[in-house]
Amino acid sequence: MDLEYGPEYQDFTKEVESFCEKYKGLSFSDGSNNPLGSLGGSGGPQMSRSEWQKTLIENGYFARSVPKEYGGYGGEADILKSRIIAAEFSKSNTPGAMGGQGIDMLVPTLLEMGTEEQKKAYIKPTLHGEMIWCQGYSEPNAGSDLASLQTKGELVGDEWVINGQKIWTSTAQYSQMCFCLVRTEPDAPKHAGISYLLIPMDTSGIEIRPLVDMTLKAGFNEVFFTDVKIPVGNIVGKRGEGWAVANATLGHERGSLAPPDATMNRVNMLMHLMKEETLDGKPLIEHPIYRDRLMKIQGKVLAQQSHALRLLSAKLNPGADVKIGKMIQKLTGTELRHELESLAIDVMGEIGTLYEDSPHLKNDGTWQFIYMYFLGLIIGGGTSQIQKNIIAERGLGMPKEPKVEGA
Amino acid sequence: MYFGLSEEQSFFQDNVKKYLEEHATIDNIKHITSGDEKNLSAEIHQGLLNLGINGLLIPEEFGGLGLDLLFAAVVSEALGGGVGPTPFIAPYVMAPTAIRHAGSKPQQENYLSKIAINEYRFGVGFSEFIGKRNDAGISFSDNVLNGRAMFVLDANDATHLLLADEKGQIFVVDARSKNIEIVKLTTVDKTRQYSEVICQNLKAELLENSSDSTNPINQAIDAGRIMLAADSLGASQTMIGKAVDYAMERKQFGRVIGSFQAVKHMCAEMAADLEPCYALVWHAAHCHDYSPAEARLMACHAKAHVSEMSKGISKKATEVHGGMGFTDLLGLHYWFKRIGLNRQILGSPELVREEAYKTQV
Repeated sequence: MDLEYGPEYQDFTKEVESFCEKYKGLSFSDGSNNPLGSLGGSGGPQMSRSEWQKTLIENGYFARSVPKEYGGYGGEADILKSRIIAAEFSKSNTPGAMGGQGIDMLVPTLLEMGTEEQKKAYIKPTLHGEMIWCQGYSEPNAGSDLASLQTKGELVGDEWVINGQKIWTSTAQYSQMCFCLVRTEPDAPKHAGISYLLIPMDTSGIEIRPLVDMTLKAGFNEVFFTDVKIPVGNIVGKRGEGWAVANATLGHERGSLAPPDATMNRVNMLMHLMKEETLDGKPLIEHPIYRDRLMKIQGKVLAQQSHALRLLSAKLNPGADVKIGKMIQKLTGTELRHELESLAIDVMGEIGTLYEDSPHLKNDGTWQFIYMYFLGLIIGGGTSQIQKNIIAERGLGMPKEPKVEGA
Repeated sequence: MYFGLSEEQSFFQDNVKKYLEEHATIDNIKHITSGDEKNLSAEIHQGLLNLGINGLLIPEEFGGLGLDLLFAAVVSEALGGGVGPTPFIAPYVMAPTAIRHAGSKPQQENYLSKIAINEYRFGVGFSEFIGKRNDAGISFSDNVLNGRAMFVLDANDATHLLLADEKGQIFVVDARSKNIEIVKLTTVDKTRQYSEVICQNLKAELLENSSDSTNPINQAIDAGRIMLAADSLGASQTMIGKAVDYAMERKQFGRVIGSFQAVKHMCAEMAADLEPCYALVWHAAHCHDYSPAEARLMACHAKAHVSEMSKGISKKATEVHGGMGFTDLLGLHYWFKRIGLNRQILGSPELVREEAYKTQV
């Protein structure tokens, strides 16, 4: 056990610290018109989101290991440096890089499996925040059983003609492009009949309908494709290889949904709230029942933080057996965050049910919003039940469900 | 940066595991817990002493190995995994830790060097400092102790005991004095020994540095709690392994029951609950030696959190075994009961979480 990072990293930490100091209070000239980045602060320098994105890349704080020719920093991947950057940015409240499915999912996919032409065309504008992507995977009848998707792609001349419907498509209304799983080989077995296509969202025949969720925000969309025509070359991998292409990066999404450090920040925020809010004249933290529930959750979050250190160490020192350790991340992280947000609501009692712009709302209503939002994350990206199948089957070596005739 | 066990720690743990697999078989555990094989327990204890478990935490200057608490934690994990029917936490972890922090130099020299050569073996009774039940409690005046200490760990076969009063003062007493009565408490967990100790004008030596600070006793309690967490961690892992194995063998409705999601999901939940406990226990042990600011909080949370997770696992793993899990035939209940005792000893989860909170005020 050695939890020190070493002198090189102490210097790097100082470097990141002074960078954050320089951009303290940064605000964005293009305000909230890009949904994938933070809102920024006030009282500091001002620039557009895309300029900020470029600044981060130039300093190696974002897209660190993406080659220069594709718009990245062109450095070596360094797990500890990435962790330091994340920690320092979070500590100083410096806005991080934009995220979203283009950056988190498409870019790694293209780097691994794209053609040279695709890498040159798409990676740079995506990293710079100038090209936003949405993910066309789920369909009304293909949720947990994603590989049964039916959106059809037919090769007519030198064009794919696409017909069908996608659902749960975040940010479709802002996106220039969609990476999409489409059935192109109707006669092949279900996993072998899918291709990974890149669809410009301004192609005619695409209709986007917002889908309002329980938080009363339209976090998702339905996307309808009617005779949508795209060039034959807009495919990643070969025909029928789409399932493998998509799976190359799906695991990445699952791990990153509920990082324990973010959950611990919320624990601390809740503790602060419980010291300020009173019940019968006494701060809530002095009510033993609520205090014990808070401590119980703090213990769980500490366990997940320690676990994250173990996984980090396993990346740095290959050979450690953390197979199950990685598989549990999505399940335990999202469930715990949901439990924590729910405790905050119980602690506030009736006040915990206030919403939107109500008087007496605490912390801008974030507890109520995230409580509901995380129910979405528990279900999305592979439900908790699907995660348990994965842990049991791939982690513990237990058998799959027997196949049902005709399914 | 490296978060995990060293090669030496893994190697030592494997040796303890291997020894227990060979000697603490289910049949032997049954003999020991039914009381018809008194020597077997002593033999297993001697075998573990031969591996060096008594000297792990004793500084080298007193003839020990001078290792850190993580080393002891991996031993405790192995003992929990194999329901090791042998004293460990009191004589070789809590006692050396208490004496190191509370003893004057001559007291350290005297006691630690004799633990290292297995001349002295200590039982530990700190329950009344943690939470006094009913009329228990001991008081010290004129160099003698009077009163009762409950749930004293490993008092049988001990040469000496460490007892504490409510203020956290720690005393060394002779376990074979005529002024002491050691009453065996029969608990559900028969793999380890718990006693009530009654003192009547019992001559006692105060460990000097415990008279004006509770830090020494808290150090020993933290170390003990981390050991109990590690013990439950190992016991839980064994129960999960047994449950998964059973679910892959047992057939009903023409399929192994492990192919039903109702059963699979219970196994996945157990694995997901336990996996982060490894990191928490290791991290808490590491902080105990190297990060004093976080040490207490981590020890409290390790004890409380692992107790909660293990309780759930001990129930689910038994349920996966169906009726067989409820019988004495498989012996699964030894792990179930061990986890049950670990949860209550040195502070139940609610008490320990309250202490965790107090470290943050």
